[in-house]
Amino acid sequence: MTDTVLRTIGICKSFGALQASKDISIDLRPGEIHAIIGPNGAGKSTLIAQICGALKPDAGRVELLGKDITALSTDQRARAGLGRTFQISALAMEDTVLENAVLGALGARGRPWRFWASALGDKDLRHRAEAALERVGLAEARAKRCADLSHGQRRQLEVAVALTLEPKAFVMDEPMAGLGAAGSKDLTGFLDQLRQQAPILLVEHDMDAVFALADRISVLVYGEVIATGSVDQIRTDPRVRDAYLGESA
Amino acid sequence: MSRETLFNAALLLGLLLVPIWALLTDEPFTITLATRAVILALAAAGLNIALGIGGLVSLGHAVFFGIGGYAMGILAHHAQGFTPLMEWPFVIEGTKSMPVIWLLAIVVSALAALVIGLLSLRTTGAYFIMITLAFGQMFYYFAISWSAYGGEDGMSIYVRNDFPGLNTLAPIQFYGLCLALLVVVLVFSARLRRAPFGLSLNAARQVPARLEAVGLDPMRLKLVAFVISGAITGLAGALFADLNRFVSPTMFSWQFSGEIMVLVILGGVGRLFGPVAGAVTFVALEHVLGGLTEFWHIYLGLILLGVVLFARGGITGLIAGREASHD
Repeated sequence: MTDTVLRTIGICKSFGALQASKDISIDLRPGEIHAIIGPNGAGKSTLIAQICGALKPDAGRVELLGKDITALSTDQRARAGLGRTFQISALAMEDTVLENAVLGALGARGRPWRFWASALGDKDLRHRAEAALERVGLAEARAKRCADLSHGQRRQLEVAVALTLEPKAFVMDEPMAGLGAAGSKDLTGFLDQLRQQAPILLVEHDMDAVFALADRISVLVYGEVIATGSVDQIRTDPRVRDAYLGESA
Repeated sequence: MSRETLFNAALLLGLLLVPIWALLTDEPFTITLATRAVILALAAAGLNIALGIGGLVSLGHAVFFGIGGYAMGILAHHAQGFTPLMEWPFVIEGTKSMPVIWLLAIVVSALAALVIGLLSLRTTGAYFIMITLAFGQMFYYFAISWSAYGGEDGMSIYVRNDFPGLNTLAPIQFYGLCLALLVVVLVFSARLRRAPFGLSLNAARQVPARLEAVGLDPMRLKLVAFVISGAITGLAGALFADLNRFVSPTMFSWQFSGEIMVLVILGGVGRLFGPVAGAVTFVALEHVLGGLTEFWHIYLGLILLGVVLFARGGITGLIAGREASHD
């Protein structure tokens, strides 16, 4: 199918008696932001892990651009075009911002096997890294050590590293986590633009951001997708109100 | 110039000048001590790639040191006895040529590191330490029982091996050769850590999950690092055997694996000149304290404790401060 970039087909995963994923089929179409929401323990992280390759589903498949990637390892999926960000920043803290971005650039191109020429001296890699930093607004901080960055800057760098991969699809695990109102708003504006470059599968707890950004929302409860639809459809869906949004919506 | 660069330059200058001074004042034993320090630094520089950049706590690096030593011992043993190494399917003679010995030491150590790495890198933490230790013990007991090459007693090589154009029996010339090799390895290490490979390996130690997410396989990077690391330590083993003109199973002992690690920690884990600072300090302490008391290891232990508790960057960190970020 050409109108989906990324999709899962009937993914099931159990841990003992706990069914963390029950026959999950979702898709991500070009140019859209598809948000996955659900209460804690709904199986969002398990779903992400199966899409990105950290966990293998018991049944079902994951497809990227129509190609079955279920058997691929995490790094192979990344090279195939899956760009992810982590809920808890996974950055090389001892290294500089630029080094982290260059790592993304050289990783995506599968070029770590050089033992002599400087990585930062590679014009192509450096250009890609700097362009990504520029886009998220971290160009000024490029020489800083990651450990010296503020939490907000680390979140920005997470996104920048994913950008250096020039992925076909983004998978973002709570990119807003821990950001203040202002930071959240900035990132929302940025992701709004980013969907033109590649669609985003967004797991997020920040409902303001989800409602502002999402073209479609899937609601995950106890490992099951109970509803998929536009923001308005989800807002008014009685099952969703029951299971998740509760009185507050 | 950063403080670390100055510190490194001072160390290197010291390694150049001290033997020259020893030569002028006719103190050949000092040259032998300096040679020992340089060779140990080379062994530790090998470990520093796996441990310092890759975070692989290998307690089995004596395997590679020993392989290097036995590569030298076996080739030279056959050469001095005029017996071929093997006759079937084709004849291989022993040799007294250092370049050939070094090449064999490097290749066999690298192969051993490949096999040990493939098996041990499936594990992490304490299990990784234990598996590398177990391999070390296997080689140790194998060497003890290998009676064709001296078994427990080891082998003596009567005359130091040859290097084209040099008289290796002159201590200062052999020293120069060892120092040149150390410098080559340090230059390679310096390039390596800033090259894409070093950047990736360094990140593999810090956040393996990030590496996978950008499309790199941390396991393969660590395996290659382990192979490079083993090959360098193997080269050091061949030189060490040539320095003493003697090889024995102790080169494979786990105590020696620990000693190489002590050198790296003492000097500063992951610092380019850490192994050099560690080895020079170690040999100096061994010489000075060893002259005062038989139990000098107690004091070495105290110093090591101090370094681990109060100076995480080792001697290099203490003198040169935190590692400068490179841009």
